[in-house]
Amino acid sequence: MKKELIGLTVNGRSHELAIEPSKLLLDALRENLGLTGSKRGCDDSSCGACTVQIDGVPMLSCTMLAASCEGQEITTVEGVSEHGSLAAIQKAYGDWGGSQCGYCMPGFMMTVKHLLAQNPNPTEEEIRQGLSSNLCRCTGYSQMYQAIRAAIEAEQKGMAAAK
Amino acid sequence: MTNDFSIIGKPIAMVDAAGKTTGSGKYADDLSAPGMLVGKILHSPFPHARIKRIDITRAEKLDGVVAVVIGTDAPNPYGILPVGHDEYALALDKVRYVGDNVACVAAIDEATAEKALELIDVEYEVLPAYFDPEDSMKAETNLIHDNKPHNIEKDYHHVFGDPEKGFAEADQIAEARFIANEVTHAAMEPHCTLAAFEIDPQTGKPGRLVVQSSTQVPYYLQHKLSLVLEMPMSQIRVIKPLVGGGFGGKSEVIPLEIIAAIAARKAKAPVKVTYTREEVFWAHRGRPRTIVDLKTGIKKDGRITAVKARVVQDGGAYCSYGVVTILYSGALLGALYDIPNIQYDGYRVLTNKPVCGAMRGHGTVNVRFAFESQLDELAAKIGKDPADVREINLLKPPCITVNGLRVRSYGLPECIEKVVDRSGWKQRKGKLPRGRGLGIACSHYVSGAANSIIRSDMPHSTVNIKIDRDGGVVVYTGASDIGQGSDTMVAQIAAETLGCSLSRVKVVAADTDLTPIDIGSYSSRVTFMNGNATLKAVQDVKKQIASAAARKMSCEPQELTFRNDIVTKKKGHVGADAPVRPAEQSSAASVSGRVEGQILRGSLQQKRKDEGPKDSLSFEEAVVAAIDFHGALSGTGSYAPPLEARGGKHKGAGVGPSPAYSYSAQVAEVSVDEETGEVTVHKVWASHDCGRALNPVSVEGQIIGSVWMGMGQALTEEMVWKDGMLMNPGLLEYRSPSSVESPEVEAIIVESIDPEGPFGAKECSEGSLAATIPAIGNAIYDAVGVRLHESPFTPERVLAALRAKKNAKPINLTEGVDPTAPAKFREHGGSLWYRGKGPERHPLDPSRREAPGAAGGDD
Repeated sequence: MKKELIGLTVNGRSHELAIEPSKLLLDALRENLGLTGSKRGCDDSSCGACTVQIDGVPMLSCTMLAASCEGQEITTVEGVSEHGSLAAIQKAYGDWGGSQCGYCMPGFMMTVKHLLAQNPNPTEEEIRQGLSSNLCRCTGYSQMYQAIRAAIEAEQKGMAAAK
Repeated sequence: MTNDFSIIGKPIAMVDAAGKTTGSGKYADDLSAPGMLVGKILHSPFPHARIKRIDITRAEKLDGVVAVVIGTDAPNPYGILPVGHDEYALALDKVRYVGDNVACVAAIDEATAEKALELIDVEYEVLPAYFDPEDSMKAETNLIHDNKPHNIEKDYHHVFGDPEKGFAEADQIAEARFIANEVTHAAMEPHCTLAAFEIDPQTGKPGRLVVQSSTQVPYYLQHKLSLVLEMPMSQIRVIKPLVGGGFGGKSEVIPLEIIAAIAARKAKAPVKVTYTREEVFWAHRGRPRTIVDLKTGIKKDGRITAVKARVVQDGGAYCSYGVVTILYSGALLGALYDIPNIQYDGYRVLTNKPVCGAMRGHGTVNVRFAFESQLDELAAKIGKDPADVREINLLKPPCITVNGLRVRSYGLPECIEKVVDRSGWKQRKGKLPRGRGLGIACSHYVSGAANSIIRSDMPHSTVNIKIDRDGGVVVYTGASDIGQGSDTMVAQIAAETLGCSLSRVKVVAADTDLTPIDIGSYSSRVTFMNGNATLKAVQDVKKQIASAAARKMSCEPQELTFRNDIVTKKKGHVGADAPVRPAEQSSAASVSGRVEGQILRGSLQQKRKDEGPKDSLSFEEAVVAAIDFHGALSGTGSYAPPLEARGGKHKGAGVGPSPAYSYSAQVAEVSVDEETGEVTVHKVWASHDCGRALNPVSVEGQIIGSVWMGMGQALTEEMVWKDGMLMNPGLLEYRSPSSVESPEVEAIIVESIDPEGPFGAKECSEGSLAATIPAIGNAIYDAVGVRLHESPFTPERVLAALRAKKNAKPINLTEGVDPTAPAKFREHGGSLWYRGKGPERHPLDPSRREAPGAAGGDD
């Protein structure tokens, strides 16, 4: 298939790349841009490891054409850390055991960021619902809830300190 | 025992956590090499067939294809067990399951490789296939492996004590058939291997092979690559990058790991092979479908008198870990309770399905499900509380069980006490509203096998440590972190022992060029064995630092404490102003091969002398002193299980013994919808005796993860087969539970402080899994009064059991459905590979006969 030139904005940076129109966003990110954070865990959009945000909405990059994302803001796990340091949610996942093997982490980060952007103080039930698009085989999810709770507290403390 | 530690026992983030949460950590599939090709594997469409001819010429001619490899390119057999070398990287003469490996194409990209697969012509002669282990055991002809009569890989017959006498003494006997269906690891990371040859500068030809692979066992991979590729092990380097979960699925050499290497050899370029999710299901090596015929006798006072188990495992097409699995199933009937008489008959049977192997709780889980369910039934028969019955049958350690297992630390009594207490068992059991119930069960697991797979006197773990003038501590360990946190465990032990901060410690792990041999991350051996080796290596180097520091501080090495990056003289011993003995001073120069101050400038040396002996040294100062004194600072430590923990003398006695066992007790609270048969787990209280929790947050994570995976096997997870084809090779269809289906798990850590474990630590990653399934089954019994004998406890099975209890007509759930669909399972759209079409079948194929009725869930 003949390649075409497209422009992608990923984590605030614009890139121009020559790809086949059939190229999936996940492959474009991993192979063309070297952003290997987003993972492939399945072939049929069932695991969520490839989740990225398109204009702030979590989407599965393994079943999206890269070319269809032209002109949109793509955020991957590589765009989560702040000023070269861990974001509160990343720190909390480490501290509370929310991540074990870590393979599902990039997807969860994008899903959780979206959840908290929509609902800064979710109940445990809302967190469970919010995470159900992503699979993890290590943690049984429990420690993720603690991590999310801790991240919310850290953010609130940070905001209080800023005021 | 005091718990005066600075790093051990504290909840800390894993040392590699940031790489995981930021996406910067590299897993095998994230790696690439210049000129790298993509490898794709052609799989068998038939469950059992002879390969008459393979023609690869059309595929080779396709533009973009660099190499096509087939079985004859690497014809040496291999297998994880020395007794089970029955696999070939690519099939030589026969394929033995749908998904067996036939050929591999290395091409410039995935699309080209896939196109080339379609151009490989393979002519098969279809043979009768065996899918049911009990059918397979009757086979006389068309055997799966010619040297395995009746398709039996291995059978064992053990008698310990006098089971007949035991049953004669029993007041109540229960006897039933339990079936646990097949489950798989489904680790989030699909297997991936990148293989490349380095050019030897002396010969100018391809020399050393470098393999980076998602493996739990780099050393075994190096060994098997050496066998198949006929290269010395010294010419093979295996590197384990981050691994996205294993659970046993990466604990042996998986076909793609060898296929990538032979493809790279033929293509003369680096080749990366990554499995699709469907291929991961075919590679499998999961927990076999297990038929357990179990008989248990008990006295009125609650004492178990005898157990008799006949176990048949549906092992799939090759040996894999099968011999070990079937032995674990029998051996670990012991070491949990005090059972005086045990009879065990185990059959590992070959069938034409993907290969079963080791999975979390290896060999113990399905038998434990049967045993704990039956014990619950017997408790009801003698009118005793099932928690009490378990307490009546406790071991009295230290002891050696009737089947030769040495038990020392034993936290089971406290585990039971804790879950009974926390769950409100005494107040609530049997008093919940109809449809809601509580169930209890226990389990245990080895902290590493006391005998390695390849019998030798080699230590199971060796660890090296190097400390340089910068004060940085580098630990070289062969331990394979697969997400369980072994790198963190090693760093913690090093930092605690040296009294230095965690950030000083750098762990270099699982690279056969850099790290000494550790036999791998399986059988929950790493904390116990590699932890002990780490401890010895660190103590070795600490001794050197202490002797040099003591000299500086004019005291004895044992008077020093190492903590918070400072080496201090203990108070209350020799004071700072104690006279310095002249003999000690003069020996400094003569003992050390170097003259002190050789490196330090003369003036600085003079300044130090003027200051006289100090009360404390910073960690760096102590290290510098040690390097100046000893010349270099490195240490080494290794671990081999003690002889007395290695088990009895009977045939098969090598499997089961461990230097220490972990213990778990669980209470599950469930509700059952009697209209739909749906079971909801509300909460599981899980206590686990891990010896000592080196990192409590990781220990809790392992307990919760085990319980969660056990719950998956109890309620939803199941590999569904039809004519040897997997009907649900996807994560959704396999029904791995999501966050909405996952209960709250209250993890309770019990610390029995094992006398031989590092800081008293034992296993914590597998032992909890087995108790979850019977705890849920027993809770279902408490809720609605039906005993389920087949896992998972799907709504279909629960409903069938409820209706059978009421003598109601079973509901035909498949009425109106495709008549060729399996009678007892939900139908699936079919494998992506076959687009719903089943493979051609031999007319004599036993699978064409009417399937006998499924094991009932009635009681």
